[in-house]
Amino acid sequence: MFDSVLYRRLAKSYLALILSLMYVPMLIVALASISKSRFFVFPVRRYDMKWYENTFSSLQIHDGFLTSLTVAFCVALISVTLAVFGALAYARHDWRGKSLFQQILLVPVFFPQSVLGLALQLWFNSFGVVMSWEATVFAQLVWIAPIVTLIISIQAFGYDASVEEAATDLGASRWQVFRDITIPLLGPGIVSGFMFAVLLSWGNFPLAYFTSGADVTIPEWLYGKMIGGYTPMVPAVGFLSVLVGALALAIGFSLKAFSGQKDNK
Amino acid sequence: MDSQKSISRVWSSLSSGLLCSAPLFVLLGLGFFGPLALVMLYSVQPRGSFSPFGTPTLENYIDIIEQAFYLSFGWSLLLAIISTALLLIICYPLALALKRYSGGMADTLTLLVVAPLFVAENIRLQGWVLFFDKAGFLDGSLNYLFGFGPGSLVNNVPSIVFGMVYIYLPFMLFPVLLGLSNVPTDVREAALDLGASKWRIFRDIEIPLAMPGILIGSLLCFVISLGAFSEAKFLGKGVIVTIAQDIESAFSYGQNWPRGSALAVLLIILAGTAVFFAMRKIDLNKVLGTR
Repeated sequence: MFDSVLYRRLAKSYLALILSLMYVPMLIVALASISKSRFFVFPVRRYDMKWYENTFSSLQIHDGFLTSLTVAFCVALISVTLAVFGALAYARHDWRGKSLFQQILLVPVFFPQSVLGLALQLWFNSFGVVMSWEATVFAQLVWIAPIVTLIISIQAFGYDASVEEAATDLGASRWQVFRDITIPLLGPGIVSGFMFAVLLSWGNFPLAYFTSGADVTIPEWLYGKMIGGYTPMVPAVGFLSVLVGALALAIGFSLKAFSGQKDNK
Repeated sequence: MDSQKSISRVWSSLSSGLLCSAPLFVLLGLGFFGPLALVMLYSVQPRGSFSPFGTPTLENYIDIIEQAFYLSFGWSLLLAIISTALLLIICYPLALALKRYSGGMADTLTLLVVAPLFVAENIRLQGWVLFFDKAGFLDGSLNYLFGFGPGSLVNNVPSIVFGMVYIYLPFMLFPVLLGLSNVPTDVREAALDLGASKWRIFRDIEIPLAMPGILIGSLLCFVISLGAFSEAKFLGKGVIVTIAQDIESAFSYGQNWPRGSALAVLLIILAGTAVFFAMRKIDLNKVLGTR
């Protein structure tokens, strides 16, 4: 009845509409970055790549990309390490504090980030911690590590725990079981978790804004320019940052497909 | 050899769950609960104080009530409620379409909808500003084609709502999708065979089974949109002030940490109440475990 052709078409066009709307801003940003005039006017009269030339020669932006990348990789490495153990506690082990742990872990995720950023700023100030990219790594961990734990937990819920027990019965040590069984079984979840962490950190603004001090990440640089005076370098940097994110996503997925293939053998 | 044995005995006598979760507990203690406790402490300090250990006072809270801060609270609450409701209306059919009508493409398409989440909010909002602004993409193309356009469509409340709905869409879609995977197809078919109407299936089967996902999505969107400020800043350009903007300016321009802290505490109480009531209805093991 409702599986009619009309219904199917309606659903598909709705899907297509939302999907294309999601990418409109990125397209506009790309368009604005190659238009010659200082202020964006559509239809674009003349195209020019000079804003990209300016961007590539800017030392400030160079530093920004480097800072953002460093922060993203530190956050991803640390949060995946914490999250592998966290996910075991979340999904595999039965223990007394489990449901408390499960709920507490969600609180930072369900929390306004601007407020968390300000609270951390106050906190660092009181202990005399100098605001820098290292402080930003810590701030982003508070938000990202729980999310990565949830992602790896989904994987941990899905695998068969009896394999671990069998290995233990056959005389494997705790460390051997962890290294040879648990980690490979969690593999796809670890890859997704790492990718999510890199991407969430890469795009994060509020936590970096309040904690990075003199170091400037790319989202912070964009914010500063958007407040202090628009230049077409804003869309140029923005679009480059989108490309880096897309690249990270592509690498993550080919890694995942690769690890999935290995599993199927 | 001997020492190794005794170490492993100690190791196994501790609860493995506690051991595995300890690093995260420490992180959240030092990076979340500690800072929040400090904010609460600051919120009862005298105006403009830069130390958390003065004589406690409620003057900041009294100031907030007297100085019409309820306006920005009201705006934030209203924006959060409206955008959460709109997101539900948009994302439920979207999730259904993804689940039932995208064939083998469901995962890829879901990823495509969610991927913009990884682009900084600033960039995407800037894109919409250039889209809706005077002589921007929309106005410019209409002018070019028909000789007249709507002019600037930013700097108003609907554009802020639009921005929030756009930014938070992935946060609603993902949980609703998870919730819908809890609805087995054969249950729907059985109900259909027994003569249930489409509406009854929706009301009595789909919605109750998908409820945990719907609740989580709504809660997540509600709470994060309570703390929104970029949308009001860039798309609204100051036409209204949200509570997060008030908190930020109390800390930065105002240099009044106790007031900023008191505002933050009120926001946290507001969000916390919503989380508390919704969380009692959700079993997390079920939502994540049955995928």
